Amino acid sequence: MSQFTSSFWDVYITLVSLVSILACAVFLKSQSIKRVTQGDTTETSGHIWDEDLQEYNNPLPRWWAWLFYITIAFGLVYLALYPGLGSYAGLLGWSQVKQLEEENARAQAAYGPLYEKLAAQDVVTLSKNPEALAVGEKLFLNHCAQCHASDGGGSRGFPSLTDRDWLWGGTPEAIKISIAEGRTGVMPPFGPALGEGGVKDTAHYVLSLSGGAYDSIRAARGKEKYAQLCAACHGQEGKGNQALGAPDLTDGIWLHGSGEAAIAETIAKGRNNQMPPHKDLLGPAKVHILTGYVYSLSGK
Amino acid sequence: MNNNEATYNYTVVRQFAVMTVVWGVVGMLVGVIIAAQLLWPELNFDIPWLSYGRLRPLHTNAVIFAFGGCALFATSYYVVQRTCHARLFSDGLAAFTFWGWQAVIVLAAITLPLGITSGKEYAELEWPIDILIALVWVSYAVVFFGTIFKRKIPHIYVANWFYGAFILTVAILHLVNSAAVPATFWKSYSAYSGAQDAMVQWWYGHNAVGFFLTAGFLGIMYYFIPKQAGRPIYSYRLSVVHFWALIFTYMWAGPHHLHYTALPEWTQSLGMVFSLILLAPSWGGMINGIMTLSGAWHKLRDDPILKFLIVSLSFYGMSTFEGPMMSIKTVNALSHYTDWTIGHVHSGALGWVGLVSMGAIYFLIPKLFGRTEMWSVRLINVHFWVATVGIVLYIAAMWIAGVMQGLMWRAVGADGTLTYTFVESVKASYPFYAIRLLGGVLYFGGMVIMAWNVFQTIAEGRKVEAPIPAPATSVAAHA
Repeated sequence: MSQFTSSFWDVYITLVSLVSILACAVFLKSQSIKRVTQGDTTETSGHIWDEDLQEYNNPLPRWWAWLFYITIAFGLVYLALYPGLGSYAGLLGWSQVKQLEEENARAQAAYGPLYEKLAAQDVVTLSKNPEALAVGEKLFLNHCAQCHASDGGGSRGFPSLTDRDWLWGGTPEAIKISIAEGRTGVMPPFGPALGEGGVKDTAHYVLSLSGGAYDSIRAARGKEKYAQLCAACHGQEGKGNQALGAPDLTDGIWLHGSGEAAIAETIAKGRNNQMPPHKDLLGPAKVHILTGYVYSLSGK
Repeated sequence: MNNNEATYNYTVVRQFAVMTVVWGVVGMLVGVIIAAQLLWPELNFDIPWLSYGRLRPLHTNAVIFAFGGCALFATSYYVVQRTCHARLFSDGLAAFTFWGWQAVIVLAAITLPLGITSGKEYAELEWPIDILIALVWVSYAVVFFGTIFKRKIPHIYVANWFYGAFILTVAILHLVNSAAVPATFWKSYSAYSGAQDAMVQWWYGHNAVGFFLTAGFLGIMYYFIPKQAGRPIYSYRLSVVHFWALIFTYMWAGPHHLHYTALPEWTQSLGMVFSLILLAPSWGGMINGIMTLSGAWHKLRDDPILKFLIVSLSFYGMSTFEGPMMSIKTVNALSHYTDWTIGHVHSGALGWVGLVSMGAIYFLIPKLFGRTEMWSVRLINVHFWVATVGIVLYIAAMWIAGVMQGLMWRAVGADGTLTYTFVESVKASYPFYAIRLLGGVLYFGGMVIMAWNVFQTIAEGRKVEAPIPAPATSVAAHA
């Protein structure tokens, strides 16, 4: 046990534990006197408190004393078999990490072949394989649905996986990277650079890109600012850039809300979005199967 | 206040007894509200002060430390005086413990909804309040042990051993676990970190159960059951053995709250072993209480106060059997983090702590206010049945919900994936949350009936002074 740097504490704890348990048994034994008087009246201890409070001195109930002894014996046997006395590992060699490893090994033996079989198929095939989709759906509901919703429809700030609009790309390879490595989407805040009016102007220009209602004078003023500050990531046409995770601004799909107020807030304050990496949690086979499932969602 | 050595100090007992009932109503009402919030989350009305995370510690603090604490103060001050044949050591300090403790409770009721918390379960109050608690508790110890020193009877009555152990140990638990580094007036950080912090926290947490909610209430049991039954305690020897065994083994049991965590394995194993050894010492108290009634069972039929006291012991026996079972790693792997734990806690809290306190308060109120019995004995009976049905509904619902959750969380399909998502287990728990709420409403309703009965009794009564009788001479010496 690495928490001990010398054997002193090891010995100390072991001794204190064993002496404590044995002391319970010795104490119990010392108090297990035989019935003092055999007869129909039981003696009280002779003391009277508060006018009429007294106590009999009946011996310990035998079944109760046995219950006590049995738990003590169980404790000693348990401490012989399992790790409980300092660094002594126990006769069974059990540890919670070993238990986990054994359970994982059993799971690997039972389910490994299925996952190996599915992992050997390419993503497009998987996305049409009912067996793979059934596994993928269970994985999705337990690992993805918390953010992306159980139907993959997403919610504000969490992209829908069911449309054909992809922030980081909708190819099997891109989806797999998103799941395995995670993604970090950063839109820097432009409020300080643009000022309140500038933010509004730019927002109206962005609105004009997707064909929504907008103020044409503001949009005209915002066009220049867009070219200076936004086009580097979102492109001159506003079509976005999947290499950077910069959303397409022309498709009418708004991750952080549509309308002037929401867009102005995005421009002024920026956005930080995080998709956590799952490769260590799930392993390559499950990531592969999930990729197939997610790929199938957008094809519906 | 005159220090009149010819009478008992009933003033502070009366104050604590009445506040037991008041805080009982308040604490259980908050419990009913949060039980309803679990069923209808919108009941927090999007107001931060009413959110579940802030009301839940308010509920636990109110029922444990306000309701339970006042019951312990009231009964211990009454019992220590009556069994020592001596007035409290200091009327002034006793009054300070009353007003100080009420101040702690009011501060808790303000700071917890505001979100001011140290984040340690059952020790959430921030450091300035912790200091006030320490002052009150030291005064409590001085008053209690000072009275013991003044006693007119050489032998210390068994109830006082339990009260004494409770007072001493809670002082140590509070001082060690609440050690913190203040950052601002309302924010501090624990003196411990990581696994050590967790270990200290659950050493505290489990011994709060062991000493606050068990040893203290066993003190109540040891006085009020023989008094109400008019029978001697069943076995002095059993009380000696189970007292020492109980207070010794409880100290070790904390790590069973941290099975399968980063806590070193040897610590977890020791916690489990001592939790199992704790079974017999716990049951010793139950046997001694119930067997005291041996030869007088008929009294249970028509004495509702005795019903409260004896049924509380049945729940005590049940939950002290359940606890060691749940400490076994294999069982804990299923039960931990589920509502089974909530059911277990409430079978102890509603069944044992609640019922034994109510029985003791029903015993005390007429005596403190110069009446021969409560305003309505019938209503005590009604309270008993309403509360008992409430407890059964509550704990049965939580047992079923807890085992169901544990099984749903671990179920895997033929492909090795989890059969249920977490939210499905929440959805499946809803019917049981409804039954739990019903049980809680009944238990709370019983408490309201009690408050009405107590109010009427006090309205008809008057504050009495009780003269201290001369100690009875001991009968036949040891055989």
